Amino acid sequence: MTKDIKQGIAKSMKNIDSANHVTGKSIYVDDIPVRVGTLYACAYGSPMAHGKIKNVDTKAAAEHAGVYSIITHKDIPGENQIGGIIQDEPLLAEGEVHFQGQPIVLVIAETEAIAHAAVKKIKVEIDPLPVIVDPREAFAKGELLSTPRTFSLGDTKKAFAKCAHVFEGQAESGGQEHLYIETQGAYAYPTEHGSVRISSSTQGPTQVQRATAKVLGLPMNKVEVDVTRLGGGFGGKEDQATPWGAMAALAAFVLQRPIKYVLHRMEDMKMTGKRNPYTSDYKIGLDKDLKIVALESTYYQNGGAAADLSPAILERTLFHLNNSYFIPNVQATANSCRTNLPPNTAFRGFGGPQGMFVIEAAIAHAAKELGVDAIDIQRKNLLAEGDEFPYGQIAEGCEAINCWDEAVERYDLEKIKKEVVAFNEKNTQFKKGLSLMPICFGISFTNTQMNNARALVHVYSDGSVGVSTGAIEMGQGVNTKMVQVAAEIFGLDPKRVKLESTNTTRVANTSPSAASATADLNGKALAIACNDILARLKKVAQDNLGHDEKTAIEIKHETVFANNKKTKLTWHELVQAAFMARVNLSAKGHYATPRINFDKTKEKGHPFAYHVYGTAITVATVDCVRGTYEFDCVKLVHDFGASMNRIIDLGQTEGGLVQGIGWMTMEELMYNKEGRLLSNALSTYKVPDIYAVPREIDVHFLNTDNPNLAIFRSKAVGEPPLMYGIGAYFAIRNAVESFNPKAKMAYSAPITPEKVLMGLYS
Amino acid sequence: MAKIQFLLNNRSINAELPSGTTVLDFVRYNQHLVGTKIGCREGDCGACTVLVGEIRDDRLFYQSMTSCLMPLGNAHGKHIVTVEGLNMENLTPVQQAIVDEGGTQCGFCTVGFVVSLSGFTLSQKEHNYENAIAAIDGNICRCTGYKSLERAAAIITKQLAEKDTENSVEWLVEKGFIPDYFLTIKERLEALQSSVIEPSGEGQRVFMGGGTDLFVQRPEEMADSPLYHVFGQPSLTGIEEHKGYCYIGAASTAEDIQASPVMQAIFPNLRAHMKLVSSTPIRNMGTLAGNIVNASPIGDLTAFFLALDSSIVLNHFGQQREIKLRDFYLGYKKLDKATAENVETIYFKIPDKNSYFNFEKVCKRTHLDIASVNSACLVKVEKGVVKEAHLSAGGVAPIPKYLAKSSAALVGKKISPELLKEVELILQEEVAPISDARGTSDYKRLLLRQLFYAHFLTFFPKEIQLAELV
Repeated sequence: MTKDIKQGIAKSMKNIDSANHVTGKSIYVDDIPVRVGTLYACAYGSPMAHGKIKNVDTKAAAEHAGVYSIITHKDIPGENQIGGIIQDEPLLAEGEVHFQGQPIVLVIAETEAIAHAAVKKIKVEIDPLPVIVDPREAFAKGELLSTPRTFSLGDTKKAFAKCAHVFEGQAESGGQEHLYIETQGAYAYPTEHGSVRISSSTQGPTQVQRATAKVLGLPMNKVEVDVTRLGGGFGGKEDQATPWGAMAALAAFVLQRPIKYVLHRMEDMKMTGKRNPYTSDYKIGLDKDLKIVALESTYYQNGGAAADLSPAILERTLFHLNNSYFIPNVQATANSCRTNLPPNTAFRGFGGPQGMFVIEAAIAHAAKELGVDAIDIQRKNLLAEGDEFPYGQIAEGCEAINCWDEAVERYDLEKIKKEVVAFNEKNTQFKKGLSLMPICFGISFTNTQMNNARALVHVYSDGSVGVSTGAIEMGQGVNTKMVQVAAEIFGLDPKRVKLESTNTTRVANTSPSAASATADLNGKALAIACNDILARLKKVAQDNLGHDEKTAIEIKHETVFANNKKTKLTWHELVQAAFMARVNLSAKGHYATPRINFDKTKEKGHPFAYHVYGTAITVATVDCVRGTYEFDCVKLVHDFGASMNRIIDLGQTEGGLVQGIGWMTMEELMYNKEGRLLSNALSTYKVPDIYAVPREIDVHFLNTDNPNLAIFRSKAVGEPPLMYGIGAYFAIRNAVESFNPKAKMAYSAPITPEKVLMGLYS
Repeated sequence: MAKIQFLLNNRSINAELPSGTTVLDFVRYNQHLVGTKIGCREGDCGACTVLVGEIRDDRLFYQSMTSCLMPLGNAHGKHIVTVEGLNMENLTPVQQAIVDEGGTQCGFCTVGFVVSLSGFTLSQKEHNYENAIAAIDGNICRCTGYKSLERAAAIITKQLAEKDTENSVEWLVEKGFIPDYFLTIKERLEALQSSVIEPSGEGQRVFMGGGTDLFVQRPEEMADSPLYHVFGQPSLTGIEEHKGYCYIGAASTAEDIQASPVMQAIFPNLRAHMKLVSSTPIRNMGTLAGNIVNASPIGDLTAFFLALDSSIVLNHFGQQREIKLRDFYLGYKKLDKATAENVETIYFKIPDKNSYFNFEKVCKRTHLDIASVNSACLVKVEKGVVKEAHLSAGGVAPIPKYLAKSSAALVGKKISPELLKEVELILQEEVAPISDARGTSDYKRLLLRQLFYAHFLTFFPKEIQLAELV
């Protein structure tokens, strides 16, 4: 069992980048000082969502003053392929186009403005082919990106026969634009020996490296990818940073010039994929005591034009189909449907939220039909220790009931309920709605082989420490946590530890920073490396202090302790002694999550290192004249294990929640039948602003004692809080139904002011 | 090329560049001050926020603006402050509060927040929490969920309680909010030549107000067009009352209107109405005439002034003429205006004490968004009978719509739920909303009805009940 991080040393440490952030000194891709001779790229995206390319006319663009070169798929020296899970995605379209905005031509010019102007002069003739934007239509036509998956537990047929209540329905959740404030981008330049170096805004440097190597026909060791930080990722730069990195590298390699390509916002919104929209069918069965006995569900995922990460996202939908509830009989099938939208991709929660929305809709549906409070059904069915998930894992260290009951008690749910009822009796123009949203989220990449990481640690002869890991800093504070790991193990002032950029030449074969697992995987690898060096240093200390090997050596506050007694030997002196004694002061750590496994042929196993739990109470107020709404409060209890950094973990929780609320309320992606994105700018795609967030967000840290596989028992926090946002949907809905009990509203998110007003007066 | 002189942080700039170059591109790529970030280039995220300082009433006066929509020509004679111009050896209290509260995660939007909040410290507005939050209402953060930034804003507000408002700049310098070079700015601004930049280059002259529409719609053209910078021109600003009428200079910004004592006296709910119009930095830039001539069917200020039955004064090479605002719109983006003609003044009759005015707007996001439908209404009621009525709506027609028939149908009638229901039927005949990214036509029709009712629910809360209308 891992120890918790010690009090005092670093637990309340602030983000190590924050002082640079507030002074504007942090460097992002577009801020890297450009080299002499840098040229700028801009891609021409397909004006049609599906068709055969008949002719590409780049003459006028090539003749545009300041244009240096035009690049098409013909210039690719290697393979025109960047697909990750499935090899189905060309870098530059060849023969056919499959979504609007699909890159066909790359213009290289002396300035960014010239590149953009020249792109407008390109003319491409396309013979249109039928466009599909609806996943159910794609499914009906057999357009699938991967093999459908089915999870089952018990026997639903038999179970439904015995159910007192059975309800069927449909639930839909929309896509979500990542809207990282830093758009996608890369800066590449040629290096010696026919190599190339790419500074990329990517969550997956190895993906960029692998894809670029393939495109350029190079071995991976000739492609170096370096990442300092991202101005936001949220999953949108897990696989979808790859094309821009590969394009910049392609041009740099072919033209032997430095190439920068940072996308404009509208290019980014048009050309990149988003959270997968889902449409799903459910059939839920309950017994007379409101216990959920059976669930049958079918999910149609809108995958877009290429697989990207959609098959993996699909899998996680199934892993979270029961959210935080025990359902003894389950039959659930998920289909990844190919449509003519940009390839949809990872987004915080990775299919999990989409699965959870369906079960919550089914419960709300049942509650409404039965005239009971959904809260009663939810509470009765929470997972308990030892319950089996539909994929065979047994709930261990289960905190579902603890979190729920703590929330109910701490925030006095009964009082909140009474206040809502009293308000609604008194008011006609405004109505309040209340919801509870429990969450349960599995931590680990569901693809078991990805659950490993490496770290490289150098202790320099002056006692300073340099750390490289495979983790990407994108605002989630992972680098700060890495500093905490090294400082904690070495007993150092965190100021001695420097986090290096993430670079494929220092840490290779990395998994992307995703699945909430980055701090766990890289932190554990880092701990292994630090402990290796520490063990060597302890031996030096024993020798230096004239003690035998049985003497317990510890380093605390930069001082060596022998058998709990403070010695005169400082960290600095110890390192010096080790250096003089020719001891290796560098180490590489490798960590692979133990125990996890999953057998896809049986769809059973133990895929997650652990689960994270929590419960949120949400109160919304709806303006029944105008159809607008706001949130009085979200009060939640979240299972942090033993948080190693409260500031960072609180920020992840608040930020995730608000992003989830955005997904469920105002963030509406709209495509027309031709596959054109209508909400293609910040003026039409709205994310929460400061006035849109709940007036009060109360986060209670549930510190739990169970052993877990998290770094210092500090549970992963990146994705789980997003799913509290689902509570916002149901709180609004409940308020609408309080105004109009007969409201006809589909279970369809986001619940925009339009849907609210139409519901109020339906 | 235009000769543009201004102060950038602590440096004097003498640039010879097209006046339509954006301040954003200038600071990042010409001056290599990369602290200012590019998020959207349409004024919707605030990552590129800078402070713009000038002398007003013999005092330094700073406002936040989005540099992506700000032409360099509008910086002429001003003090432009980027984050680099705020940095000192130690963090400022604003920077420190954001660090302490964890108000920065990925950091990309952070500089915008720092600049906006620093603008709040320099502002002459009351230093309360509400105004602190209003200062960052144009800044989008995708990471934090804003709670940590709210906590930081609260800390800063508390610190400003002690501020010496008479010697604001001196106090801020002493307390480390701003570097001491700010003490020299007033004098240096006075020394700068503030002559108007003459349009240069070939082609059709473009009247450049705050840039908030032109740089969204035609950013590439702006660098090459001869721009006539009307923004802030003394002859085109100022809001005055004269003989029962209110006259507004065409280049007055939404913020000028909101801050005007004349306007505040006429419209007690002005602040609440204007809070629905874009964001603080955009209100600091966008002009009334810009909103009117942009002719967006959904322009907020246009709807507001249509319901006041405003008139506009146009100038064509010295030749003045007047036209009712409601007659100005001929079709989608088609105006009764010659290309070289510019709006000089907007004026309206000040409603008397028997009049009621209200502005309503609903969009996907209540603030910093474009309306699905907006509407304004002015009614004059004597003894329960409507004597005069002017109703406008945006988002329901190809033009900002003055609802003439519905307005007329109200006049001479006694206010009652039945009357409103009758007029609502006329209202629906007057409009033809289309389905688009802001809503389906069915929704817009329902919403228009609701906003129409909302006016009267607001005016007559005792006489009119929602249940009697729907």
